[in-house]
Amino acid sequence: MSMPAMKTEVTAVAPPPAAQAAPVVTTIMPKRTPRAETYARIAKDAAVRIVPPLIVVALLLLVWELVCRRAGSSLPPPSKVFKDTKELILDPFFDNGGIDKGLFWHLSASLQRVAYGYSLAAIAGIALGTLVGQSVWAMRGLDPLFQVLRTIPPLAWLPLSLAAFRDGQPSAIFVIFITSIWPIIINTAVGIRNIPQDYRNVAAVVQLNPLEFFTKIMIPAAAPYMFTGLRIGIGLSWLAIVAAEMLIGGVGIGFFIWDAWNSSHISEIILALFYVGIIGFVLDRLIAGLGKVVTRGTAAN
Amino acid sequence: MQAYLKLDHIDKTFSRGNATTEVLKEINLTIDKGEYVSIIGHSGCGKSTLLNIVAGLTGTTNGCVLLENREVNSPGPDRAVVFQNHSLLPWLTVYENVKLGVDKVFAKTKTRAERDAWVMHNLSLVQMAHARDKRPSEISGGMKQRVGIARALAMEPKVLLLDEPFGALDALTRAHLQDSVMALHQKLGNTILMITHDVDEAVLLSDRIVMMTNGPSARIGEVLEVPLARPRKRLELATNPAYLKCRQRVLEFLYERHSFVEAA
Repeated sequence: MSMPAMKTEVTAVAPPPAAQAAPVVTTIMPKRTPRAETYARIAKDAAVRIVPPLIVVALLLLVWELVCRRAGSSLPPPSKVFKDTKELILDPFFDNGGIDKGLFWHLSASLQRVAYGYSLAAIAGIALGTLVGQSVWAMRGLDPLFQVLRTIPPLAWLPLSLAAFRDGQPSAIFVIFITSIWPIIINTAVGIRNIPQDYRNVAAVVQLNPLEFFTKIMIPAAAPYMFTGLRIGIGLSWLAIVAAEMLIGGVGIGFFIWDAWNSSHISEIILALFYVGIIGFVLDRLIAGLGKVVTRGTAAN
Repeated sequence: MQAYLKLDHIDKTFSRGNATTEVLKEINLTIDKGEYVSIIGHSGCGKSTLLNIVAGLTGTTNGCVLLENREVNSPGPDRAVVFQNHSLLPWLTVYENVKLGVDKVFAKTKTRAERDAWVMHNLSLVQMAHARDKRPSEISGGMKQRVGIARALAMEPKVLLLDEPFGALDALTRAHLQDSVMALHQKLGNTILMITHDVDEAVLLSDRIVMMTNGPSARIGEVLEVPLARPRKRLELATNPAYLKCRQRVLEFLYERHSFVEAA
């Protein structure tokens, strides 16, 4: 069935002069022409997506520059921000010992804490979510608890965790963990509860054991929900790390911002905010992309 | 001859809070090996519940299901089900969907290569070998149901349970699939229990038709033997007096004696 369709495509795309001059070339031609066309189309799509935000950003920078340029303005204009932070931008890898390090080291320290806390949250969240989604009694017992605990602001946990761990690093990781786990639990539980009875029947007829049922049916069937939770979770953990690091000190982008504020380096704060925003965006996209790959089959139906 | 599959005095009551509904009452039925039996009745009469009971997906209130004289009360591959809405797992390919059952049933008795060959053999039985790497969302409704049948057949069930297998298909695809199932039954000699609400389908495919009264407390109203030689040809049967007589009997039962009360 695909053969006639391919033929028509070939004849439609191949340019007539080439077809007359050299019949051998015609079989290659249609492959080449669409490729050039594809590139043109991709370029056009990219332009459509990229140009409008670029214009908006340029306009905003212009307004900012105009508003903050006059003397006595409390915030620096973009030109001054760039001038002040040029060294930080150009050399993010310097390390003068202590907390006098390049932005790369601050950001990687923050990302490391997020990676630990978030990974633990993902594992524990999916496990607890599965339990709550699967067992009515677990839900009755745990759900009210979750609903209360999840409303506690991330920073409220920090003093308690400092008291428990007596150290900044594990406390920050715990705050990340406790912040990002709730959406993962709740979404996983909803995903598990929404597994169609048909899939359960299939598993029953085939006689999958509980472990096989978990890996072969539950995880793939609930994956779209899980990834919704994971995506919210990564956003929340990136939100929480900056605040937590401001309080615990040491190396990290949060403390970098706090330190800059204490030294009245407003331009450095602005640069750090820019990086925090970009990394938050990339993290979100990363999880979304991963989710897309993993749930390809499930989402298609 | 000893009964192969026996439904023995089955009652089924659903209770929700204080309200109890008796769905099935005193269902007795024996099915011989290799027989093709259809259960027909108006919607809501509990025929799907009955199939689920045989499959072990639903428990009985009283009575039991005996397969080769042994009670069965939990689901298993010896009573493979072809579900009405195919129930293929969307994240697995056609091949993997069939393989899921094969890997479990023949884990110890077949090698890896043999299982692979067995999956492909069953896919080719339903003419779906060409789509082995497609996902369910990429094939048509009729094809999905074929894969569903292959999945059930591949488990080598003692009884094949079909739950309105063609209900969601268009008329032409349905006829085509009915012919396929007839051919498979002829070739493999499976014992088949099928739920349907289509009179023509029941008469065309079955050796016996079990007609159920309306619920609640549905019973077996009448059992009709279909005295037509196999292989049966759809076109020739259209004018066959025996076929028309059977059809007439079922229609009379469904629309005169037990017409659907709530019919809108």
